[in-house]
Amino acid sequence: MQPIAAKIQLQKILISDGAWGTFLQEKGLAVGECPESWNLNRPDDVLAIAKSYIDAGADMIETNSFGANAFKLTPYGLADKVYELNKAAAQISRKAAGDNHMVLGSIGPTGKMLMMGDITPEQLYNAFRDQAIGLSDGGADALVVETMSDIDEAVLAVKACKENTQREVICTMTFEKTGEDAYHTMMGVTPEQMTEELVKAGASIIGTNCGNGMAQMIGIVKAIRLVNNTIPILVHANAGAPIYRDGKTVFPETPEQMASYVCAVIDAGANIIGGCCGTTPAHISLMVETAKKCRV
Amino acid sequence: MNNDELLLKLLECVEYGKVNKDAPYPPQMKGQDGADELTRQALAQGIKPADILDNALIKAMEKVGQKYAEKKIFVPQMLVAAKAMNTAMEHLKPYFSSGEVRKKGKFIIGTVSGDLHDIGKNLVAMIVEGAGWEVIDLGVDVGSQKFIQSIANHNGAVVGLSALLTTTMVNMKSIVMDIKAKYPGTRLIIGGAPVNESFSAEIGADGYASDPQGAVSYLNSLVA
Repeated sequence: MQPIAAKIQLQKILISDGAWGTFLQEKGLAVGECPESWNLNRPDDVLAIAKSYIDAGADMIETNSFGANAFKLTPYGLADKVYELNKAAAQISRKAAGDNHMVLGSIGPTGKMLMMGDITPEQLYNAFRDQAIGLSDGGADALVVETMSDIDEAVLAVKACKENTQREVICTMTFEKTGEDAYHTMMGVTPEQMTEELVKAGASIIGTNCGNGMAQMIGIVKAIRLVNNTIPILVHANAGAPIYRDGKTVFPETPEQMASYVCAVIDAGANIIGGCCGTTPAHISLMVETAKKCRV
Repeated sequence: MNNDELLLKLLECVEYGKVNKDAPYPPQMKGQDGADELTRQALAQGIKPADILDNALIKAMEKVGQKYAEKKIFVPQMLVAAKAMNTAMEHLKPYFSSGEVRKKGKFIIGTVSGDLHDIGKNLVAMIVEGAGWEVIDLGVDVGSQKFIQSIANHNGAVVGLSALLTTTMVNMKSIVMDIKAKYPGTRLIIGGAPVNESFSAEIGADGYASDPQGAVSYLNSLVA
């Protein structure tokens, strides 16, 4: 399949998928249950999520593998299943995507901090490498390292993907607004710093995910564009910040509210737009329709 | 250096995370004495351990917590400061054991059932410890029983509940209820990315902190 970065040269705007984690919970994933275990135990439910985003009109879908690294699987007693769980994750999304849609193998942070001496850079690299190989073997077209806050961990993950697979590598970090036109990750990384480091590490698409809703993504995309005018940018936004209502937690932004920012995000310079926590096929479907009408 | 200068220098080392002379961080303090050397020197010079604690270490960590709350510094700067603080505290341990210096009180902290995230909880634990409290860290995936057991062992401790996930924050409610049923006098404070003031009120917790310094302010208000 043609690389995503090349497609962007031709088509400019692509739509990605929405949430997986919150979707799994709706389907009955229990608190304390390993989401990735469903790739082996309940593959049909995972497939249904993947398919729902293809049906909504997404050009690409992710895989149910966000936390499928050795560190996060250890408490579930699944550390020896890294390859299997990732391969199955990619196979399921591949099945839903067919030949005409792309599959992005999801790789999340390990939850360990290099700075604390929790782990060594080599251990981190190896964990990402094992995940990347499983996803690649399962048929992912690209790998997306996401929700990163530490630039050193992000760079190690990008390199591990780049050096051990033939796949295109995407990397997105999670920022919060820290002042007028200022954005930082929890670890203090700015969009500008991220751009420089990730491009150097070999990412062919960069961007931002999670966060507090689509509106804030505009400023982050602008900040990236200030320092790099050519790198394709991906945005996966939450449906707003979570609120507690009637005994459960909900993400408040409706498909209409999220879609209302789509053209502004594209205008700021984004090339791929999709959702993160709390977004549904309805959100994606409306993004697809809206993006067609934006002035490019 | 006279006593005041020395305490000021020590405060600066902790604030900027200068652990010891050999530590390469922060670059602008390269080659200078760090928290390790200066604490030893302060004790040798006859400065009272309580003075070192109150006028250098706790003040430094308060500045760190404040700057973090104002988003002027981020997690890495907080971590190195806590490391410098801990290094200095090692030298003060004998005085805590002997009773010459005292902690402000006890704080039990844990990430609630079903949630395995510990970064935020660890940061709060460090800053609260740096503020002069004894911290009992129960780890992650902690349920009512474990909290209650710990309260039984640490009479009068304040309890902090942490959660990162929208699915696990709801577990805070039952934990608060269980603890309050068994130990009605226990003060409970909650924190974590998805929770806020109104959620705290709704589940019957006594307080909410949006950042580690907020937890310290709450705790200090109980003993002021």
